[in-house]
Amino acid sequence: MTTTPDIDSLAQDDRVSSALYTDPALFDLEMDRIFHQTWVWVAHESELPKAGDFRTAYVGRQPVIVTRDRRGGINVLVNRCRHRGASLCEVPKGNGNGFTCPYHAWSYALDGKLRGIPYPDGYEDVLEKKDLGLQRLKVGVYAGMVFASFNEDIEPLEDFLGGARLWIDRFMKQGAGYPIKVQGEHRFRFRGNWKIQLENTTDGYHFPIVHRSWMASVDAETANMLSFMTDEKAVTHALGNGHSVAVMVPEHVDLDEDDGTEQLQARFGHIIEELSHEFDPDRVRRIVRSLHGAGFNLNLFPNVAMSMSFFRVLRPVSVTETEIRHVALGLDGGPEIVNRERLRIHEHFQGPFGFGSPDDSEAWDRVQRGVTGGPSTPILVNRGLAREKPNDLGQPTSHTTDETGMRQAYAMWKRMMTDGK
Amino acid sequence: MASEALGTAALDTALVLDDPRALAAVSLIWREAHLLDARRYEEWDGLWAEGGEYIVPIDREATDYAAHLNLVYDDDRMRRMRIERLTSGFSISVAAAARTVRSVSRFVVSGHEEDAIEVCSAQILVGYKRDETFVLATDVTHRIVFGADGPRISRKIVRLVNSDEAVTASGFLL
Repeated sequence: MTTTPDIDSLAQDDRVSSALYTDPALFDLEMDRIFHQTWVWVAHESELPKAGDFRTAYVGRQPVIVTRDRRGGINVLVNRCRHRGASLCEVPKGNGNGFTCPYHAWSYALDGKLRGIPYPDGYEDVLEKKDLGLQRLKVGVYAGMVFASFNEDIEPLEDFLGGARLWIDRFMKQGAGYPIKVQGEHRFRFRGNWKIQLENTTDGYHFPIVHRSWMASVDAETANMLSFMTDEKAVTHALGNGHSVAVMVPEHVDLDEDDGTEQLQARFGHIIEELSHEFDPDRVRRIVRSLHGAGFNLNLFPNVAMSMSFFRVLRPVSVTETEIRHVALGLDGGPEIVNRERLRIHEHFQGPFGFGSPDDSEAWDRVQRGVTGGPSTPILVNRGLAREKPNDLGQPTSHTTDETGMRQAYAMWKRMMTDGK
Repeated sequence: MASEALGTAALDTALVLDDPRALAAVSLIWREAHLLDARRYEEWDGLWAEGGEYIVPIDREATDYAAHLNLVYDDDRMRRMRIERLTSGFSISVAAAARTVRSVSRFVVSGHEEDAIEVCSAQILVGYKRDETFVLATDVTHRIVFGADGPRISRKIVRLVNSDEAVTASGFLL
């Protein structure tokens, strides 16, 4: 018999229990009450520009297919044939007219409708095709970010995003007038619970320590840009519903705002020179100032972050295993030299051979290994509690090295785990 | 001698053992494998020709690597920074690097030039870290140039069989 865990004692305002990383029963409950209830990010619209485009994804532990249908609509469908359960799509992305099951060739349209059954005579008076479309999830799109939910009664996506919408809008300004597009992704796994990664996105505290070897490898201007440890303008806001934002480069929060004092980085000299043949100096400056992305990490509960110049997507595999995707972004229709530079910047930090991700991954592995010792010892998320104050929007705000974002995520975790809403 | 996709690369029928240049290239590739397993990265750097390209693509079919996202896309500068990272003592994943043992075989010459040859091979790497032993399989294409200093690597493309899936690698090079 399963007993309901005492959620109140597991997640307190300033600490959480180690069981949050280790208890398989809690993980199962998280899948039911969080990942199968709330809005989960599945794709960016630029990955599905044309009718027939699709990509596969996960909502919690369930595999789904995200499609663009002939009418331009986006569908999120459970990747499972309604007949005997075979998966319909085993490629990460592509374009097609629909999906045909490899087992008995039941075929489905891009919107999930069951189109054809071979040798249908055996099904006369047994089934109606209209009843056996693929299971469809509710879909919401904001600023090109595609979310899905198994919960038919979920609140509108815009309400769920709430205070995060302003920051999503700001994030997209790194397109410098062009829409943002996906340029590829790194994928890796670490042997640890998904919330260890969730915490990390707004953890400014670890940055100069874990990423010392990356800091040593970049030019002085880039290293200086990310020297936020004692910068009073580098703050974290709790945005509600588990979302938070950590500002690392205050002067790049709103890339449309430019007082003209910032020197463009010397490392981008060759780009400035090439762009200057085509664009006026203001336009060149606007594009080049955006090359490192927005000056903040926005964490959207529970599975996606918009992190300076990329999306970080997490997928809980089991209580002790998590898959991470770092999605590289570019300017749709923008200058090729800019998009290539963005790829090189991404490769420098991200992925299993990047100069940053492996060190994050090692730290997270070590957390998972460490918490098996002293299982009754809490995880502390109390940094900055005494200096946390509401900003003019009433959002709890503290320094970017503080654990305000984690406290916000755990408050949402607690709310959803308690009432399942 | 363009670095072609594996599926279309023209392959020599001659055994590498019968071709002195191919044999020299294979010896270099084996020495490289030894140095990487032993994490002797400064010596590894000495195997490279000026302007060398070291690439681990995500898209196994890609040939215009600069236009794609890669796992590794190194010119001389990036390769040297990578070595600095691997030897500086500032990286916690490098300090906890997996031990690796790799073998390289299935050598086939896939291109000839006056001063260079291209060699395709299979590399099987077994790694061990903490309580896990894992395997990474790769197709490798080396372009080896023969200059006054002997053979040097001018291009190395490493195509993981699982490059477009989750790749886990910690503190070592392919």
